[in-house]
Amino acid sequence: MSPDVTTEHADMRNLFRSMILIRRFEERASEEYMAGRIGGFLHLAIGEEAAVVGTVTALRPDDPLTSTYREHGQALARGTDPRAVMAELLGKSTGLCGGRGGSMHLMDKERAFYGGYGIVGGSIPLGLGLAYAIRYRGGDQVAVTMFGDGATNQGIVAECFNMAGLWDLPIVFLILNNQYGMGTSLERAAAEADLYTRAEAYGIPAWKVNGMDVLAVRDAVTEAVRIARDERNPACVELLAYRYRGHSMSDPDTVRDADEKERWRARDPLITFERVLLGEAIMTADEIAAMKDEVQVVVDDATAFAEESPEVPVSDLADGVYAHPWNDNPRGGALMP
Amino acid sequence: MSTDAARPVAYRDALNEALREELARDPDVFLLGEDIGRFDGAFKVTRGLLEEFGEARVVDTPISEAGFTGLAIGAAMAGLRPVVEIMTVNFVILALDQIVNNAAKIHYMFGSQASVPIVLRMPGGGGHQLAAQHSQTLDAWLAHVPGLKVVCPSTPEDAKGLLKTAIRDDDPVIFLENEGLYGKKGPVGGPDHLIPFGQAVVRRPGTHCTVIAHSRMVWVALQAAEELAVQGVEAEVIDPRTLRPLDLETLANSVRRTGHAVIVDEGWPEYGISAGLATHLYEACFDWLDAPIGRVNCADVPMPYAKNLEQAALPTPSDVVAAVLANIGRRVA
Repeated sequence: MSPDVTTEHADMRNLFRSMILIRRFEERASEEYMAGRIGGFLHLAIGEEAAVVGTVTALRPDDPLTSTYREHGQALARGTDPRAVMAELLGKSTGLCGGRGGSMHLMDKERAFYGGYGIVGGSIPLGLGLAYAIRYRGGDQVAVTMFGDGATNQGIVAECFNMAGLWDLPIVFLILNNQYGMGTSLERAAAEADLYTRAEAYGIPAWKVNGMDVLAVRDAVTEAVRIARDERNPACVELLAYRYRGHSMSDPDTVRDADEKERWRARDPLITFERVLLGEAIMTADEIAAMKDEVQVVVDDATAFAEESPEVPVSDLADGVYAHPWNDNPRGGALMP
Repeated sequence: MSTDAARPVAYRDALNEALREELARDPDVFLLGEDIGRFDGAFKVTRGLLEEFGEARVVDTPISEAGFTGLAIGAAMAGLRPVVEIMTVNFVILALDQIVNNAAKIHYMFGSQASVPIVLRMPGGGGHQLAAQHSQTLDAWLAHVPGLKVVCPSTPEDAKGLLKTAIRDDDPVIFLENEGLYGKKGPVGGPDHLIPFGQAVVRRPGTHCTVIAHSRMVWVALQAAEELAVQGVEAEVIDPRTLRPLDLETLANSVRRTGHAVIVDEGWPEYGISAGLATHLYEACFDWLDAPIGRVNCADVPMPYAKNLEQAALPTPSDVVAAVLANIGRRVA
C-alpha cells in the first residue's frame, strides 16, 4: 500500500472517529439534560456530523472558526477535551468556559475556536473581524464563519457579504442549511431557497454540496479555503443537511413530517460512511466496533468527570466581567471602591 | 501630567491629537467608521489622519453599523485595537446587538479567554434643530450594561486624556462625545497625559448645593453657577467624567457637606442617568440630605424641530438656577 493511500485511510478513520465522538457525546448530553443535570437550551448536532467534521478537518489549526449555539461538534472536532465540554454543559468550574457560558457559548481560543453565540446571525461579523485581523497583519490564515439557513435571512448577512467582497477578506462563509429555522421550514422563510446565490450577488464564489457526505463537505470546504488562502478572496459554501432531533431539547419536533425524517435518516452520515469504510476495506467490522467502544469510554469518562466536578463558587460570580475590573464587589456594579 | 494652558485646543482637535498619538504609538490601533477618511469625519474629528496613516489604519466603511461594529469586535478578539466612530449616538441603536450581546459579554461568558479592546466613539445630544431621530442622549442605555466601560469627557483635556486611556484599555469602552462640545476650547496634555477612569473632578467649588453634571451639561451647570453666585448662592459643580466606573465618593462627599444635590442630565428623565445617580446618592447620603435630590433633564418628548420648542425641551442654565434655588428653599430673584 502506498504512503498516500495509508495517509488517506488514516484520514478516513479519523473522520469516522470524529463523527462517532460527536454522535455519542450529543446522545449522552441529551440524557444528562433529561436527568436535569444540563439546564437552559441544548441544541444537538445529531445528523450534522458530516457537515461539522468535513468543515473543521478542511482547516489548518490556526484558521479561526466561529459558529452558532449548535457548536459542541465544532469544539470536539477541533480537539477540545470532551471532559471540558461536558463539564461546561453541566456548569462546573472545570468547564471549558468556567461554567459561565454553557452549551451555547463554548470557546476554545487555544484551538482557534472563537465560539459559540446565542443570537442568530450575531456571530457572523465576528468571523469577518477575525478575517480582517488576518489581512491587517499580512497572515495567511483563513477565517471560517458557520451559520444556518435561518440566520441567512438576517440583514447582517448582507452587510457581511458586502464588506467581505469589498475588502477581499480571507473568509469562508459556511451556510449549514438543515432546512429549518427552529420550526419554520426553508420554503416558508426564504424567497430564494438556494441560499448560496446571495453571496454571488456580492461577487463571492459560492456553491452548494451534500452536507451528509463528509468527504464531499471536506472537499468543498478545502476548495473554499484554498480560494480564501491563495487568492485572498472570500468564498461561500452551502451544505444541505438535516438534524435528526428537534431544534433543541425543548422542541418536540412535531412540525416536520415523518416521511421526510425517514428519508433523511436513510442518509445518516455515520451509517453511509461506515459502509464506505467496510466496502473499501479501510476498516473491518471488528475495528469499527472497537472504535465505537473506545469512543463510548471517552464519553462516559467525560460525563463522570463533569458530574464529579465541583460547582463554581458563588463568590466568583462577578469575576471576569472585565479584563481589568476596578472593584471586587461580589455582585459587580459601577462604583469605584 | 500637566497641560499647556498657552495652547487652547478645540475638543474635536484634542480627540484628533489623541487618535494621532495612539495610531503612531501602537500599530495594532486602527480607526473605522463612516466618512472618517476622505471626508475627514462628519465632525472633522479624524481630519488629516487618512493622509498621515493610510487606508489600512483609517478605514471608510459602508453604512453598516451592525456589520462594522461586529467586525471591529472580531478584530479586537484577535488582538487588534479598533477605534470605531459611530457617526452619532442615534445610529448606535443599529449596532446594539453587537455591542451588548457580543462586546459586553465575550470576556465573561467565555471564561476570560478573550478580551475585546475596542473603543466606540459617538456624539450625542441635541440643540441644533436636527429633530427627533438625530438629537438623542442614550448614555443610560449603555451605562446600564455590565461588561462595558462608559466615558463622557466634557473638556478638551479630558477628551484627549480619557481617549488615550480608553484606547489602551483592554475592555470595550463607550466614548460619549457631544456635538455641542466639539468647538469648545481648552488646554490639553501631552502624549503621556492619560486620565484614569473612575475619577470625578470638582469643576467649581461651592458650599450651598452640589450640582452634578456630565458632558455638555457641565457647561450648562457652570453657567448656572455663575448666575447663582450673583445671588450669593455658591454651587459646587462636579463632573463624574466616567459613568462606568463611577466615582461616587467624590459626589457623596460633596453632598454630605452641602446637604443639597441637583443633577443635570441631557437624557430623558425616566429610568436614566440622573435617576441612577440620585439613587446612589440617596443610598450614600440619606441622613445628610436636607431636601430631595433635584433633577434637570431633557423634557420627556421626542426632540422637536422648531427652535423654540427644542430650547424649551433642553436643560438650560436658568432651569438649573431655578432647581438649585428651589432645592435650598429660596425663590428665584
